[in-house]
Amino acid sequence: MFGLFKKFKEGLAKTVSAIAAKTHGLFGGRKIDAASVDELEEALITADFGVETADEILAEIKAAYKKDASLHGWQAAAIGAAVLQRVLAGSEGDLKPAASGPTVIAMIGVNGSGKTTTSAKLAWKLKQEGKTVTLAACDTFRAAAVEQLKTWATRLELEIVASHTGADSAAVAFDAWQAARSRGRDYLIVDTAGRLHTKSNLMEELAKIRRVLQKHDPAAPQHRWLVVDGSLGSNSIEQAKVFHQSFGLTGLVVTKLDGTSRGGAIVGIYRQLKIPIYFLGLGEQAEDLQPFSVENYAKAVFGIEG
Amino acid sequence: MFESLTEKLSSALRNLRGVGKLSEENMADALKEVRTALLSADVHFKVAREFVDRVQSQCVGQEVLKGVAPGQQVVKIIHDELVRLLGEGATTLSAARPLKILMVGLHGSGKTTSTAKLGKLLKKRGYRPLVAACDIYRPAAIDQLEILAKQEELGFYADRASKDVPAIGTAALAAAQTATADCIIFDTAGRLQIDHELIEEVKKLRARVQPDEVLLVADGALGQEAVNVAKTFHDALALTGLVLTKLDGDARGGAALSIKSITGVPIKFVGTGEKTADFDTFYPDRLASRILGMGDVVSLVEKAQETIDQKEAEKMAAKMMKAEFDLEDFLAQMQQVKKLGSMQSILGMMPGMSGVELPAGADKQMARTEAIIKSMTPQERRKPDLLNGSRRSRIAKGSGTKLVEVNQLLKQFQQMQQMMKMMKGGGAKKMMRQMEAMKASGRYPGM
Ligand SMILES: Nc1nc2c(ncn2[C@@H]2O[C@H](COP(=O)(O)OP(=O)(O)OP(=O)(O)O)[C@@H](O)[C@H]2O)c(=O)[nH]1
Ligand SMILES: [Mg+2]
Repeated sequence: MFGLFKKFKEGLAKTVSAIAAKTHGLFGGRKIDAASVDELEEALITADFGVETADEILAEIKAAYKKDASLHGWQAAAIGAAVLQRVLAGSEGDLKPAASGPTVIAMIGVNGSGKTTTSAKLAWKLKQEGKTVTLAACDTFRAAAVEQLKTWATRLELEIVASHTGADSAAVAFDAWQAARSRGRDYLIVDTAGRLHTKSNLMEELAKIRRVLQKHDPAAPQHRWLVVDGSLGSNSIEQAKVFHQSFGLTGLVVTKLDGTSRGGAIVGIYRQLKIPIYFLGLGEQAEDLQPFSVENYAKAVFGIEG
Repeated sequence: MFESLTEKLSSALRNLRGVGKLSEENMADALKEVRTALLSADVHFKVAREFVDRVQSQCVGQEVLKGVAPGQQVVKIIHDELVRLLGEGATTLSAARPLKILMVGLHGSGKTTSTAKLGKLLKKRGYRPLVAACDIYRPAAIDQLEILAKQEELGFYADRASKDVPAIGTAALAAAQTATADCIIFDTAGRLQIDHELIEEVKKLRARVQPDEVLLVADGALGQEAVNVAKTFHDALALTGLVLTKLDGDARGGAALSIKSITGVPIKFVGTGEKTADFDTFYPDRLASRILGMGDVVSLVEKAQETIDQKEAEKMAAKMMKAEFDLEDFLAQMQQVKKLGSMQSILGMMPGMSGVELPAGADKQMARTEAIIKSMTPQERRKPDLLNGSRRSRIAKGSGTKLVEVNQLLKQFQQMQQMMKMMKGGGAKKMMRQMEAMKASGRYPGM
């Protein structure tokens, strides 16, 4: 557990130093006062928690402060982390194989969120764990998207089923399932084209991919994960709502947390939709994918040492 | 949201109607609502605070106007201030020739697509653009740019063997000269603003190619970190402009206000869709309305004007008025509408419609209708009465549709003709005049 936390913190190190710069005085030995509550609010809002979640955490800290005016900064941080952990309780995704394979994971999300990279990273991770994986290049829309995933497959020696740009994405998914099944693969990871949640015609294409997979296996795709760019703000919540409505999300992956963003919007998503968070993307390399841990995330956000 | 902000402000200020002046005290609740609205639109914490302070100082002491709800009055002040802030600075590009443009930004923000879009736009303005592939990291990024360049018939330069980005830049300049291109757009890799190595790399590229424009490409849905991102990029590269992307979604775009306030860098373009034509010059009043949560009527009207041939449209209107409109005209008109973009992107620009979903397949439906009409002979298009059973079956076969679809279309067309006959009275003229007036005032109803 500690090792994992360390790794996670390394990824978030730059992030933490940014928030810690703001909160050290606050979460250090100094007693908190009205001004530091204000700073705390700033820390929460600038982490993209959104007004509602930020207010909730603040209210608890203020209540504790009322009871004990000699409350110290680190105690406030602990309260913040505790509230965050409570809000996120049960949000850790645990990837389990389906009863009969292949277990299909569909990566969906808006343009540029990190679907293709995450598909490659996850395939790599599963491979490291001794699982067998097939990739399906179902973004047949964006220029060179197929080549992008193929390049990853070559680089990481992964199996891939791909067609060409302009091909029917559902047909690729159909063939890929067949290939994965006949070769007895454990997982099939389906990379899909980026689409804004506001475009219903593109949402329909996702439904078609699903329908076609269900011809093989009514349960497929067992996992429908939204890949969320961690540097986005409140719109992620809208995205998640709409994708969930039309596709029934089963999980989230939050990417680009190696930057300075703290990805607080996922808290809003989880509060509203209760979709578990499986992985965090912490870089552009194959190994930069970490399982999500509530405790680590909460502590990292509040700069508490593990 | 805009409505609800107006409502919230109205209720926070409801006791003020007709009673004297706006003051710090009587505005406190209202300003809190404003702050919450800005934060919910992803405006940065500090920027929101400064903005609210500024609005406060503008409001305090003002008489509450008679005949206007105080809430609306305050919304107007906010909107105007927002437009002023967003609109500062030159939004045009440098006039240098050759024109060198460097595109930079975070991962997945839309640099490559925007590079092609900008190339297309500048080509339309009479340049001979060449795009240079300087993203040597993301798999297939070079291929992506090459495909787009081919599609838009833009010059293209890449060196797949090289790992030296500044050298690629220099070579691209030489290639542009040989190709007599007078505009070079450099597409670069996505990078985090805290990645020193990669920031150094793009700094060197900048020093080497001496661009006239350095454009930061930023996702319209960026969160609070937008300020730090923009600030670091600006410090390192002296940005000259901002391109705001993915505005065809329903993000409120508050990050743009943050970036603008912190760096002072003007917003120059906005991306509004995946097609290379979905790229627009920036209009501050539209973004202001958007941050406050309102649709974008003006955009739609102007886009329609730009793409639809005026004479053609008048001819059409005259025909409609006389109810002489035939299927040939219908086809021509459909093709003009298509030039505006997808149905969804058109819808997204209408007030209160952003985020509203079009019934699945609306664009597809249009394509089928087009196919049906195209399978008719010109004579049939002009005289739909000619279309008997056997001709209809032939058309269905030719267009790959079903006979019922052909019948349905013809029936709809008949109804339309009937409606036109009814409108001969002049209702249409009145409608057009109304739209003109709205456009001229640049104001939306209710403001
Ligand atoms: N720093 C960082 N970059 C990432 C991460 N995940 C993805 N990226 C980068 O973000 C950019 C976009 O990633 P893609 O995987 O192509 O995103 P996508 O969702 O497949 O994009 P589209 O298919 O175009 O919609 C690439 O440059 C990736 O290298 C991450 O966790 N951290
Ligand atoms: Mg992709």
